[in-house]
Amino acid sequence: MKQIYIDYNATTPLKSEVYEAMLPYLKENFGNPSSIHWAGQAAKKALMTAREQVAHLFHIDPQSLIFTSGGTEANNLALKGVFEAFRSKGNHIITTKVEHKSILDTCEYLQKQGAKITYLSVNEKGQISLEELKNSICPQTILISIQAANNETGVVMPLKEISKIAKEHRILFHSDAVQWAGKKELFLDEIPIDLVSISSHKLYGPKGAGALILRKGLKLEALIHGGNQERKRRGGTENVSSIVGFGAASELLSHSIDNERLLGLRDRLEEGIQTHIPGVVINGKEAERVSNTLNVSFSGVEGEGILLNLDLKGIAASSGSACSSGSLDPSHVLLAMGRSEELALSSVRFSLGYQNTKEDIDTIIQELPGIISSLREMNKSCS
Amino acid sequence: MFMKKKRVVIAMSGGVDSSTAAALLKEEGHEVIGISMQLYNHAELEAELKENRFDSCCSLKDVDEARRVAQILDIPYYVLNFEKIFKEKVVDYFIDEYLHARTPNPCVRCNTDVKFKHLLLKAKELKADYLATGHYVRNVFNEKEKCYELKKAKDLKKDQSYFLFGTDPKELPYLLFPLGDLEKTEVRTLAERHHLPTAQKPESMEICFIPNNNYSNFIESKIQNKKAFQGQIITKEGKILGKHDGSFQFTVGQRKGLGVFDSNPLYVLEVDHTSKKVTVGSDQDLKSIGLVAKNINWIKYPKSPCVSVKIRHSTKNIPCTIENLKTHVKVLFQEPERAVTPGQAAVFYEGDTLLGGGWIEQRLS
Repeated sequence: MKQIYIDYNATTPLKSEVYEAMLPYLKENFGNPSSIHWAGQAAKKALMTAREQVAHLFHIDPQSLIFTSGGTEANNLALKGVFEAFRSKGNHIITTKVEHKSILDTCEYLQKQGAKITYLSVNEKGQISLEELKNSICPQTILISIQAANNETGVVMPLKEISKIAKEHRILFHSDAVQWAGKKELFLDEIPIDLVSISSHKLYGPKGAGALILRKGLKLEALIHGGNQERKRRGGTENVSSIVGFGAASELLSHSIDNERLLGLRDRLEEGIQTHIPGVVINGKEAERVSNTLNVSFSGVEGEGILLNLDLKGIAASSGSACSSGSLDPSHVLLAMGRSEELALSSVRFSLGYQNTKEDIDTIIQELPGIISSLREMNKSCS
Repeated sequence: MFMKKKRVVIAMSGGVDSSTAAALLKEEGHEVIGISMQLYNHAELEAELKENRFDSCCSLKDVDEARRVAQILDIPYYVLNFEKIFKEKVVDYFIDEYLHARTPNPCVRCNTDVKFKHLLLKAKELKADYLATGHYVRNVFNEKEKCYELKKAKDLKKDQSYFLFGTDPKELPYLLFPLGDLEKTEVRTLAERHHLPTAQKPESMEICFIPNNNYSNFIESKIQNKKAFQGQIITKEGKILGKHDGSFQFTVGQRKGLGVFDSNPLYVLEVDHTSKKVTVGSDQDLKSIGLVAKNINWIKYPKSPCVSVKIRHSTKNIPCTIENLKTHVKVLFQEPERAVTPGQAAVFYEGDTLLGGGWIEQRLS
């Protein structure tokens, strides 16, 4: 059975250049970057190169990067770090209802520590209202945290406008750009964002590495104490091989971001589904989306049944985000967009990546109508 | 067992029985898909219990073990969320029955309303030809009558047919019970041979969603008006012997924990739902000549009124005659029988063939 992986928003495979780049750091170059000797120096050099490579992709100064274990840690560090450091100035944070769990759960935690959180709503297209954002700002507001692109629908947020509003009100702006980075260009010299979270394994790098990009001069309380690494902002010996891979993956993306081709394939899949299957809703279609993501609700069927049937045919997709599967709660993102609970439970996310081909898309368009119609048939005979 | 390769979904609990059933199906050459049902929120339950570890059937540890078995057998494996339906059909029913002075049987309900209904539907959604479980019971095709029949397992000590009386006979062609012809000891040996990590796992006896096997604490935690369930403990002549803390703490036939004493051992004879009075009496008083059961499900309609009945999973079959009335069944035992308990299942057999059953409504004395 041919296997098709179309769940790149969950994680991506390593590109072979990335794999090659990492190998020496799993073997002969095993040093600790903090060591003074030759072994440490080799590791330190690799770390510095990786830092430059990642910085180059986002048009920032290498010193603005704090390497973390991934996107979740970067989001935790941004929110908790800012809240701790700016507590004397205020306790109000503005975010949205459609953030990733690593933002929402951290906000819930901060609430217990005395923070006040405003969750901005989104319209049925998945977009926030800048008016609502402006109206939510109060003298105690210390941080606005709004994702760059939604992990479930791919809908992008107006980063430029938000950053302008934040600047006008002298409030820090953090963006979880985990699902944007690698899919669209993000030039932070053009759009100034104070803190940006990124993750290596969503852009063809390895798991276990990510970064928080921090505007120069910004003070932040560390989350993990225990050494001088990352200028005392993130203790612990660096995950050298993964960070090297992160650097190599960033370097590849600096040359070209594959969004034209993916956009073509995504639209082919979207059109194919709409042509061959009645009763579908494309979530986020009316908004600007990253080019690889397609979120579809198939009315009258549960997403879970679709996914399992696809899996048994070798097709790996997902419903909502991978982090919340195993719970039968409908997607909080789709609910926030005003979808009914039933429609939210019936959604499937296809997220494309560099190994997907036209043939993959055509196979899915061929298999899906049969799966949907037999599931609908079964539901009908049951009720 | 079959001519050609079939797609079979096996319900995996993480125990030795379902693990071995999966291994046998795989060995027969079928396309086997393992599914575990997530029945309650493990993280929440464990957090609630704090230090007490809670690993009963279908706990997180069991899910891990089922997954490990699936990996060893190299079969696809999914954990599906059944929390909502399980709460509705099993947990809420369980609480409600105790609050109505009956002694529920959650395992029957789980099989009838969760496993052989919703899980079966999931299996059909996956285009499976069969749903298999690790139950000790046999599903046999009766050539003469051209229908499937459920029969007691070969290993009578392990027989679980009692729990399956609610099965819809229309679904029998979809059900497989690979362990029906095996002794438990053989199952363990087979599990060893397949190198299954669950081979020597002890049996789970308690109710899976009740922490520390303490059902009365569980019910207490779910009710607000505890006082409304307090009442008197009386003799059948009406003499007041004492007071009790909650009628849900008692079940017919219970001897321990009554808090009242007499020269002869006392047993619970009856729990009255309205007055919350608990009537106690001697062992002899506990005997009934029959019972009335409701909500009957017939898998096979009895040909003769002379059948046998099981009134608890652990007791023997009792010869009886049944009178099949419109809404209920009246059962008369050949010999008076102890501890007929409202809320438990009365399950009918003809020889070793499961006919069906219903829920005990009242005892006849």
